[in-house]
Amino acid sequence: MEFKHKTPLIDQLETGPWPSFVSDIKREAESRRKNERNIDYQIPADVCEDLLGVLELSYEHGRTHWKHGGIVGVFGYGGGVIGRYCDQPEMFPGVAHFHTLRVNQPSSKFYTTKYLEQLCDLWERRGSGITNMHGSTGDIVFLGTTTPQLEEIFYELTHNIGQDLGGSGSNLRTPSCCLSGARCEFACYNTQAICHALTNEYQDELHRPAFPYKFKFKFDGCPNCCVASIARSDMSFIGTWRDDIRIDQEAVKAYVGGELKPNAGAHAGRDWGPFDIQKEVIDLCPTGCMRWDGSKLEINNKECTRCMHCINVMPRALRVGQDTGCSILVGAKAPILDGAQMSSLLVPFIKVEEPYDEIKELIESIWDWWMEEGKNRERLGELIKRQGFQKLLDVTGLKAIPQMVKEPRSNPYIFWKEEEVPGGWKRDINEFRKYHQR
Amino acid sequence: MAFISSGYDPENPMKDRITDIGPRHFEEFFPPVIKKNYGKWLYHEILEPGILVHVAESGDEVYTIRVGGCRLMSVSHIRELCEIADKHCDGYLRFTTRNNIEFMVDSKDKVEPLKQDLLSRKQPGGCYKFPIGGTGAGITNIVHTQGWIHCHTPATDASGTVKATMDVLFEEFTSMRLPAQLRISMACCLNMCGAVHCSDIAILGYHRKPPMIDYEYIDKLCEIPLAIAACPTAAIKPAKHELPDGTKVNAVAVNEERCMFCGNCYTMCPSMPLADTEGDGIVLMAGGKVSNRIDAPKFSKVVVAFIPNEMPRWPTMTKTIKKMVEVYAADARKYERFGQWAERIGWEKFFEKTGLEFTHHLIDDFRDPAYYTWRQTSQFKFT
Repeated sequence: MEFKHKTPLIDQLETGPWPSFVSDIKREAESRRKNERNIDYQIPADVCEDLLGVLELSYEHGRTHWKHGGIVGVFGYGGGVIGRYCDQPEMFPGVAHFHTLRVNQPSSKFYTTKYLEQLCDLWERRGSGITNMHGSTGDIVFLGTTTPQLEEIFYELTHNIGQDLGGSGSNLRTPSCCLSGARCEFACYNTQAICHALTNEYQDELHRPAFPYKFKFKFDGCPNCCVASIARSDMSFIGTWRDDIRIDQEAVKAYVGGELKPNAGAHAGRDWGPFDIQKEVIDLCPTGCMRWDGSKLEINNKECTRCMHCINVMPRALRVGQDTGCSILVGAKAPILDGAQMSSLLVPFIKVEEPYDEIKELIESIWDWWMEEGKNRERLGELIKRQGFQKLLDVTGLKAIPQMVKEPRSNPYIFWKEEEVPGGWKRDINEFRKYHQR
Repeated sequence: MAFISSGYDPENPMKDRITDIGPRHFEEFFPPVIKKNYGKWLYHEILEPGILVHVAESGDEVYTIRVGGCRLMSVSHIRELCEIADKHCDGYLRFTTRNNIEFMVDSKDKVEPLKQDLLSRKQPGGCYKFPIGGTGAGITNIVHTQGWIHCHTPATDASGTVKATMDVLFEEFTSMRLPAQLRISMACCLNMCGAVHCSDIAILGYHRKPPMIDYEYIDKLCEIPLAIAACPTAAIKPAKHELPDGTKVNAVAVNEERCMFCGNCYTMCPSMPLADTEGDGIVLMAGGKVSNRIDAPKFSKVVVAFIPNEMPRWPTMTKTIKKMVEVYAADARKYERFGQWAERIGWEKFFEKTGLEFTHHLIDDFRDPAYYTWRQTSQFKFT
């Protein structure tokens, strides 16, 4: 089909094996041109053709042609909509306004086709028909609509689909989680349930920006961290256990004997030689807490740090413990500004059980501190660095324990508090001088 | 195009308003076999690249076919996903954190027809619509940001760099022959909505020129104090400026040596654009991970300071990435992630083996963490 704009550069992204987003946008452009379903499009029918045109212009210039958005949104919310305008509206009127809506995805992104079709119907009629499945934080992202459509879309989402918007701006961002017990044997707690519960508990924080900057929760069911909570969330919930790894000795022997494929078959594409339990499991254990005597596997669980390696390698022989919960780490963020931060361990172990009161108390004590002390655009991790981990302990009421650090401090510059020193700091210089001449 | 009301009354926005209902409950969307066996899965196995079986305590099995997807996706494409899910999977499907799509069936005999159906569907230019893979010791889908399709501060395109990279690495998506999984991520400016800072390989867009100042408009278009406050390095201060016609206007001055090219000022103030054809391009980082397996999660390190934007397929960038993957695949031990390999052999050896040039840009000079990356020992390897 001949479209509005010639696109010789991006057309070159239509070959090769990997799916082509250019072909996909063209497909939508063609579908809108033909309009076989006879849809009364509420934004320009040629929106996708202009999107291809403006993208081609960027490929020509090596520069973006989008302006940042100004304030658009839906009534009563301060987040969920991101304004976007094209800097060549005369050339590409179909994308002159091209705002984004973030739709809060259901925990762990299982869908029925009925639900997805409803979203498609809505977005085809009232938007560009182009989405992100999904955005970086996890939302279903609707890419490109006009200002008058925002309230209409929100009305239909909430009334007809029973679905709310996600977060943007200085608020709680849409929480996300791994698929947990839905289809994973490693899950140490129900990530979906707590993700859903906290998302609903904190709707006000999610929709109405009142924080110094963004705040993210991510829920990983085990230390493999498939949703990258330790790197990408201000508060990371990582599944773990405090009893023993369950061992099926017969299955261990089956791995050793070559009847079971190590690492669930993950290395099947290359001949790595026969499985060697000593080399591949025992010697790679970071704490050296395992022993194989040729017929029995022993794990000194007291020394285990639950890195998951042995369980990943022999999933049919080893299972996570049964006294499960999560570790809570805080403060991760991408590099802006003071360099990237991982989350740091705050709570080594907590049970994850409804109604999650203890966890909510912890969250709220941290938020109170951050909202009081955080500077504009200061993430939690940066506040912890600026005011110190001790301050975090003060505000959360947690006791210092060695698990919180890799090692104790290597400088002695301890900021003693007055109440920690017998007699306090108020002293009488004249009394001192009785014994010490000037 | 006649306006169709949803029922919303702009005169009375609170009428029948529904707010703060959150997302739909996840359990509504579980296929029956998932719902029945929730939390009761015993083990899983990767049967072939992209195809997994999970076995529950009940003996039930669920077979999953994982296919790659562009995260940028049209409703026509989603409808096609739905058509496939209706045909083979009783109307259920899911998406992964890394933008893959998973089709699940509850018995083995349903796998082959689904697989054939998926692989038979191609786009007009011959690209797979639904490539099967992304499991085990291979490369899975690249998570990425918006780029030129939708963002105001990108230094490169996201979807295009990802398409070019995945085409070059396609065989690693559909096989499992690497020493461990290799996760690639892409962010189109240093603000990293995509948070690529802990990836085995990270593609990062980067500007190299400070913002220009549109003096004639800055005071009319911008809240100057907000632009000043937005600068993470305090490089912007208020200044008066004299226009060619002699008019004095309120503006800003940028201490260009302090600029880290983040574009936060441009976010606040459209009169401070920084995009530039020659200035903008790609940084490559490597060696990060998020898993706690064997050792702690790691940040990615900058291994190539700059590669120009070469539209539409970024050949220098993809060639460099492919070379890194090949050297890693040949040299690393089984289970060793990219960063674990580089640390074991030493980063000086990494540069020798990959042939990447080491320049002064790769030595950290940003604030306190820099010191901890210098070498405080006499131990090193000659290269």
